Amino acid sequence: MADGSGGNGRVPVMSYREALKAAMADEMERDEAVVLLGEDIGVYGGTHLITDGLLDRFGPKRVIDTPIAEGGFTGAAIGMAMMGMRPIVEMMTWNFSFLAADQIIQNAAKLRYFSGGQVTVPLVIRGPNGGGVQLSAQHTHSLEGFYGHFPGLKVVSPATPHDVKGMMLTAIRDPNPVIFLEAGALYGTKGEVPEGDYTVPFGEARIAREGTDVTLIAYGRQVNLLLRLADKLAADEDVSAEVIDLRSIRPFDERTIVASVRKTHRAVVVQEQWRWFSVASEVAALIQEQAFDDLDAPVERVSGAEVPAPYARNLELAAFPSEQQIADAVRRVLYRGV
Amino acid sequence: MPTVIMPKMGDAMEEGTLLKWLKNTGDTVAQGEPIAEIETDKVTLEIEAEADGTLTEQIASEGESVPVGKPIALILGEGETAESPRATQEVEAQPTEESAARATEQAGQEPAAAAPTRGDADGAVVDALRQAEPAAQPAPQPAAQPAPQPVAATNGQTVVRTSGANGQASAPASRAPGERLRASPLVKRLAAEHGIDLQNVTGSGPGGRIVKDDITPFLTGAAPMSTAPAAPVDAPASAPAAAAQPAVAVPATAAGRPAGVPREMSRIRRTTGRRMSESKQVVPHFYVTSEIDMAAAVAFREQVNAQVEDEATKVSFNDLIVKAAALGLREFPSLNASFEGDQIVDHPNVDVNIAVAIEGGLIAPFVPDADQKSLGTIARMAKDLIGRARNGGLTPEEFQGGTFTVSNLGMFDVEEFIAIINPPQAAILAVGSIKELPVVTDGKVTIGRRMNITLSADHRVTDGVEVARFLQRVKGYLQNPMLLALS
Repeated sequence: MADGSGGNGRVPVMSYREALKAAMADEMERDEAVVLLGEDIGVYGGTHLITDGLLDRFGPKRVIDTPIAEGGFTGAAIGMAMMGMRPIVEMMTWNFSFLAADQIIQNAAKLRYFSGGQVTVPLVIRGPNGGGVQLSAQHTHSLEGFYGHFPGLKVVSPATPHDVKGMMLTAIRDPNPVIFLEAGALYGTKGEVPEGDYTVPFGEARIAREGTDVTLIAYGRQVNLLLRLADKLAADEDVSAEVIDLRSIRPFDERTIVASVRKTHRAVVVQEQWRWFSVASEVAALIQEQAFDDLDAPVERVSGAEVPAPYARNLELAAFPSEQQIADAVRRVLYRGV
Repeated sequence: MPTVIMPKMGDAMEEGTLLKWLKNTGDTVAQGEPIAEIETDKVTLEIEAEADGTLTEQIASEGESVPVGKPIALILGEGETAESPRATQEVEAQPTEESAARATEQAGQEPAAAAPTRGDADGAVVDALRQAEPAAQPAPQPAAQPAPQPVAATNGQTVVRTSGANGQASAPASRAPGERLRASPLVKRLAAEHGIDLQNVTGSGPGGRIVKDDITPFLTGAAPMSTAPAAPVDAPASAPAAAAQPAVAVPATAAGRPAGVPREMSRIRRTTGRRMSESKQVVPHFYVTSEIDMAAAVAFREQVNAQVEDEATKVSFNDLIVKAAALGLREFPSLNASFEGDQIVDHPNVDVNIAVAIEGGLIAPFVPDADQKSLGTIARMAKDLIGRARNGGLTPEEFQGGTFTVSNLGMFDVEEFIAIINPPQAAILAVGSIKELPVVTDGKVTIGRRMNITLSADHRVTDGVEVARFLQRVKGYLQNPMLLALS
């Protein structure tokens, strides 16, 4: 690992895409049981270039191009995992996982339970989640609420290059099926990524920015939106916002959220997915259960518009949480006129 | 959101004209129902109600031009009440016997124990009640005038009144009898911890919800009820009980660490704390610092004191500063002012207070007409006042009043400091130590005597330039101290 750091002690900067690939490649070097499956991940290098070059490096037995049959190759991967391998399945986008939902929900999530712990399914299913790049209604789903609903699945949603590497390593080594929701719109974003082996544990949220007046909670690409907004609020309105990046949807870090709300007394939860039966709803419910006496205002949720995601750029922008909407919610919980 | 605002109908739109009301005050409106017609520079359109409710108030009148985002109407849902940010004085000033009794009960005292006027017997409850008054005063309500005309305040903030069911305007009331008190969970917890009676607090949140900001003044002023024994030192009868109490009230601490011990606040500590909190929260302070060459003043004082036999007449540096400030104030009369209610009051007399540290707090007796008194007189008066302040021998008329304060920590080797204004005065001067410093004069390094003074001023009364000029003047006097003897 001499390349990159040059021995000067600096942490290398790389993109979310590179960090994700590095995690998988490093672990494939370390553990022969790790294999990749998916559509166009080998010869083509992956639709999003996440697996580019890995076929040449590891050969066709470990980087497996599959037919366009999500139910089939996900089922195959579950079988491989049951037999002791550690497969990583790429969903070209998470939207296609609906075709594999029966395998994921009925088999992957339940086999350990059904077998009384005799069989485990150390499987990672990964791919870009959410929208924001004009892929229209069928290709713009945020599925964290959907998969987070089922016991037996772990669901994570890293937002930074640092976390995507550390959490991918945790995911591969976890004995349970992990739904690894990548922020597709952030593949090109860059950040510091330490070399070598490090893991980011599941179930620990990250305080992305400290503040005292209001707690802003999100995950995935909305975290970056909140950080930008928090800077603006500090500069323009003298509001000190704390930003929490959930990172892990299930297991879920209740402690960090509750501690923050105890400090700020106000919370705004932001998500791209629809409001009903969603992560933000869970967070809001949790806060009222565990921090009721600390609240000075109702918890606000800012979510995607309750419509199939529009294709037209202007409508797509209007359908996702905007800085304006979130700023208005912040002002409401602070009782400042909107 | 009960307030209907002028919508922004295009990027260039800055204001719109209210053409016509389609609903009258008191009308029931349904969500989506048009309530008014507005005209922009491009179109005429209808504004719809965002929620079901009653059109409680037409804030804008027909033909009026309203900036984008400003309120034009108020629609209240069922059970919602809107009230002015502050309740009427009547309601605040006369807490019901019931609530007073409840407050007393929470203090753990017999009602009779609240009667003594001396000492701290009235304790935190009465403090809390007393503090409710200033909060209620700044917005005098037109309670006595049952004007049917809706009121829109000039500053863009809406003053809202609730109307009776019969459409007749009624006096604003914080809550109808039997109506549920709305407070955030945080406020309810803090109220319980600090013994605040929420009946006397007006909520600024939606539907009159009491939120944390509404009770912040009570949190800083009054000590937590649960930890304040509130027994005066001079009430031996209740002393043993008071001594026994704190153990119960000690808040929980981290495991293994000793618990904190609540300390009784003296009356002077309490008053100082309350007045300073109020000042720092209400008065928009700004600060200007000036460095003064004290070489001439040092020499002048030595010269004067060498010739004065009488100890009482020997002049201190503080006397020089008091005199210099007094002369400066005479030339800048607008700083010799106070901010009272909502107006500036100029004072013909220059009475300079001297902040004196006493056991457990601060007191600031004043030298009346300091601008007209000789240095010797100021020196004698100041020594006398300071001496009696420390012995508790001041009469109220000697410290209640004054038009400007000097606070001097020079004897404690401090570079400089910033003082909090003593309301209703407009300014306070904080004086640091005189230091020996290397200074450059005419290209040569010599030993200089320098002192920093910082004026804290009320920005409602004055501005930076005026304060800077005043400090220049004070500096002029101190650097040419003969002038102090002349005037």
